[in-house]
Amino acid sequence: MSNIFTSSIGKKLMMSLAGLFLLAFLLLHLAINITLILYKDTETFNRAATFMGTNPVIKVMEVILFGGFLLHMVYGAVLQVGNLMARPKGYKKANYSQTSFFSKYMLHTALIITIFLVLHLFDFWVKNKFLGSVHEITYADGETYHNLGALVLERFKIGWVVVVYVVLLLGLGFHLHHGFQSAFQTLGINHKSYTPVIKTLGVLYSVVVTTGYISIPVYIYFFK
Amino acid sequence: MSLLRYRSEIIKFKEMNFTLKIWRQENARAKGRFETYQLQDISPDCSFLEMLDILNQQLIDKFEKPVCFDHDCREGICGACGLYINGRPHGPDKGITTCQLHMRKFKDGDTIVVEPWRAKPFPVIKDLVVDRSAFDKIIQAGGFISVNTGGVPDANTIPVPRKNADIAMDAAACIGCGACVAACKNASAMLFVAAKVSQFAMLPQGQVEAKERVLKMVQKMDELGFGNCTNTGACEAECPKEISLSHIARMNREYFSATFNA
Amino acid sequence: MIRLNAKIPEGPLADKWTRYKATQKLVNPANKRKLDIIIVGTGLAGASAAASLGELGFNVSAFCYQDSPRRAHSIAAQGGINAAKNYRNDGDSVYRLFYDTIKGGDYRSREANVYRLAEVSNAIIDQCVAQGVPFAREYGGLLDNRSFGGAQVSRTFYARGQTGQQLLLGAYGALSRQIAKGTVKMFTRSEMLDLVIVDGKARGIITRNLVTGEITRHAAHAVVLATGGYGNAFFLSTNAMGSNGSAIWQAYKKGAFFANPAFVQIHPTCIPVHGDYQSKLTLMSESLRNDGRIWVPKKKEDAEAIRAGKLSSVDIPEEDRDYYLERRYPAFGNLVPRDVASRAAKERCDAGYGVGTGLAVYLDFTDAINRLGKNVIEERYGNLFQMYEKITDENPYKTPMMIYPAIHYTMGGIWVDYELMTTIPGLFAIGEANFSDHGANRLGASALMQGLADGYFVLPYTIQNYLAGEIMTPRISTSLQEFQDAENAISERISRLMSIKGKRTVDQIHREFGMKLWDLVGMGRNKDGLQQALTSFKDMKDEFWGNIRIPGDAAGMNPELEKAGRVADFIELGELMALDALNREESCGGHFREEHQTPEGEAMRHDGKFMYVSAWEYQGKDKEPILHKENIDYEFIKVQVRNYKI
Repeated sequence: MSNIFTSSIGKKLMMSLAGLFLLAFLLLHLAINITLILYKDTETFNRAATFMGTNPVIKVMEVILFGGFLLHMVYGAVLQVGNLMARPKGYKKANYSQTSFFSKYMLHTALIITIFLVLHLFDFWVKNKFLGSVHEITYADGETYHNLGALVLERFKIGWVVVVYVVLLLGLGFHLHHGFQSAFQTLGINHKSYTPVIKTLGVLYSVVVTTGYISIPVYIYFFK
Repeated sequence: MSLLRYRSEIIKFKEMNFTLKIWRQENARAKGRFETYQLQDISPDCSFLEMLDILNQQLIDKFEKPVCFDHDCREGICGACGLYINGRPHGPDKGITTCQLHMRKFKDGDTIVVEPWRAKPFPVIKDLVVDRSAFDKIIQAGGFISVNTGGVPDANTIPVPRKNADIAMDAAACIGCGACVAACKNASAMLFVAAKVSQFAMLPQGQVEAKERVLKMVQKMDELGFGNCTNTGACEAECPKEISLSHIARMNREYFSATFNA
Repeated sequence: MIRLNAKIPEGPLADKWTRYKATQKLVNPANKRKLDIIIVGTGLAGASAAASLGELGFNVSAFCYQDSPRRAHSIAAQGGINAAKNYRNDGDSVYRLFYDTIKGGDYRSREANVYRLAEVSNAIIDQCVAQGVPFAREYGGLLDNRSFGGAQVSRTFYARGQTGQQLLLGAYGALSRQIAKGTVKMFTRSEMLDLVIVDGKARGIITRNLVTGEITRHAAHAVVLATGGYGNAFFLSTNAMGSNGSAIWQAYKKGAFFANPAFVQIHPTCIPVHGDYQSKLTLMSESLRNDGRIWVPKKKEDAEAIRAGKLSSVDIPEEDRDYYLERRYPAFGNLVPRDVASRAAKERCDAGYGVGTGLAVYLDFTDAINRLGKNVIEERYGNLFQMYEKITDENPYKTPMMIYPAIHYTMGGIWVDYELMTTIPGLFAIGEANFSDHGANRLGASALMQGLADGYFVLPYTIQNYLAGEIMTPRISTSLQEFQDAENAISERISRLMSIKGKRTVDQIHREFGMKLWDLVGMGRNKDGLQQALTSFKDMKDEFWGNIRIPGDAAGMNPELEKAGRVADFIELGELMALDALNREESCGGHFREEHQTPEGEAMRHDGKFMYVSAWEYQGKDKEPILHKENIDYEFIKVQVRNYKI
């Protein structure tokens, strides 16, 4: 059993399970964020965000989520170091083999996502949770919420922030494009008829999630 | 139609000239370098290795040391040859070994860069020759069914569904050339190991030792310093026998089942 | 003649092997550990023998020149492996397989050996299936068979077009298991350069490490040669580039008799030679002749026009095509045995009807495609068609393939007795390296059978009969004078080769020699040509030893030096082939003496005078070897003229 943490295939299993979990999280996150542009005001968003921030179950999940990120990143780094060590002397002529384009750049896109994560966490999560720099708002039912929505709207009215977000989100999209189907392959799910479906779903997922996320700052910048 | 047939039978192609940049390294410890050679009047029907033979004859004529490269059967089955040509293991064609590559796949005047397989477990021995004994070690770790000679049941007492036998054969076609490792950006040997694991996983004879086999072979693979699979599919694209990634997935399943149902 | 004792057990044919096994001496497990065996070569015969002897508990050292035992040239066998399973219920039996093999070999092989081969053939299939060899199967899950030339039953087991590969990988797996267990020590990239004899017994070998150039001594109680055939003497052949006859040639020079060196198999369906730079010939499986029709133009002027590029195959109307095999052999047609098909192609090309370069005939699938559809043909031969297209850049679905015979296998080899022991006690030869089972012509799918029979089921028994007498012999020391002498001789030979520094490369001389050998000792041989060959090979030997150029040095990897040693031996071997061919004043199997043919051009045997195995004994440098004759007595079958016409 211990080999599941130390062997190459074991480490990859960790990567893929964490990855799949993060894929699910991204959908949930998108579902909440998209309310910002689906609804006229930010009430739904603020209510959902607060629910996410206070519900005890979600709080546990938050820890798991961070664990997931950490696991995915740490194992990714460990595997990457192993990969680099496996070819101490490289080729003069760059590899020309026919492979899926995005799969070659998983490390690069992972670094982009890390930058994004730091920026993003600081922008919203840290500000909200630790700096207390988010205003409060009270809705008709008398409940008071952090007006996170207002913060988002404010940030995404700044042109360069939008540009940076869009660029970094594209990196995420590329990562997901390969990551989605790769996770299934690692889990041993490869089938003559199902694998093409998984691959299509992966493309669909990465396109939908990326456009979904990108649409938020862009929409806010131009239309709110 | 008739004209096409006619053409293919009679047209003699013009001979071609090439610039070769070849990795030369005196021995395992020496520092290597690229040497440039000009080669003239090569027939397009010449195989890549025959082209190197011609180069070597010219080098010997000049009292220079010929380029060393591994090769034996020259019909794509022994797995001895393997050169990294212009960024691709076994060069610019699909489903072939280096010895099956022909010069008609290049253009007159092309510069061709020839490198050895690069991977830590495949150290260069000389020039383009690498040591692939790591593959033998993986097989020795468990790539067999433990039966002694004699005392086995009649062959037809072990029926195998035809579909499974076909999948086993697809995997068993591996020639152990190492192109998968050479192509992989991580120098991973997953396709090679998976081919053997998958072959036996598809056969009833392989079931008895299935768990032990996959664990031992993967352990040995890791120990030898191969990289990890990131499912890019370069191995599948360059495999001369076109062995599919699905065998890697099967090995992963075997591995998980061996780990969790121990 | 006294010295040649084949040691064939008494009794009825079907009981000989059983009786032998029941009465032979065995070695007990405790003693097996103390006995060392050297096996040279890791093809089907060598790998299976090494694995089996390791399993029994002997202390085995195995050697191969390749970087891995898995690369031995057995791997290139395409078609299949014969066995008398009678799974098809088509009347096959051990006797029938035995009979077909003797007949196919043109009545020049030993009954007892061939019967044993047929007898153990079934166990080979069982063994390979148990090892996980993925043989082709039917929908019910049971093993499938295909038919091959020279038989009326379907008895060939196959794994797509890669049967040799799969069987070798099975044996390689078994060998790997023993290497892991420590019973077999594997030496890769090691070439045997000499055999060491101590007190008349084979006691070891001298090897050169092909990476470091180091010369090493290895000692054992018995030495087994499993180094394959010598077809590469011809330069162009279907053998691997490294396949060589040096190990058996050194054995010959140390006193092992060389049997039937002239018996060489020429395979009819190979891709023709297409340029001077060509390094080897590629075989297209014999199975193609099941559906392909072989022809050349009927009119010489058409053939000339095709060669000049003015006409193409499709321009020749049906009535102007000569399907010469169907014309000459109506009963078997395109499925005549290999030797017959090869000679017929040569006859047409020599007469000026060849296509392509002039040395090629058409193998046409048009009829089969029209009859069965392209899909069926693709299913049956897809991989072969693809292979053909990769090499020639022509699509055989559209234009007929061009084929020509090429050297493929050597039936001749080191003389062995029933126990597979050579005339040197303690030296055994198995697989293609020995001469034993195929007579003057080998049937398709029988080489794999013989290699594995020898390695899995014959040698592990018979070698014990010898080793039982060696249990009191302590480990042989490599510091004996005999080892010292052998090593010195090898070092001297290498420095001599390196010091010549002449003008010609090894390949140039090999190519020139190979062409001569092909012309004079190839498909058609005659007295004048053979005598000419003998003179000219002597000159070539001088040319080689006076004018060869080997760059680099002997320390470290030096492929030119490796090749030089092999070619030096090939030239000498060529002399012996010519000598044997000259002596055998008859035509049989792969040996065709133009003086001995029927008015219709068929081979004519002279059973009264030549029903023997010629076994040559080395007498020293530049001395004519002595011919020993082992008479072949057919007790159990009636000798007939091979007839494929009716």
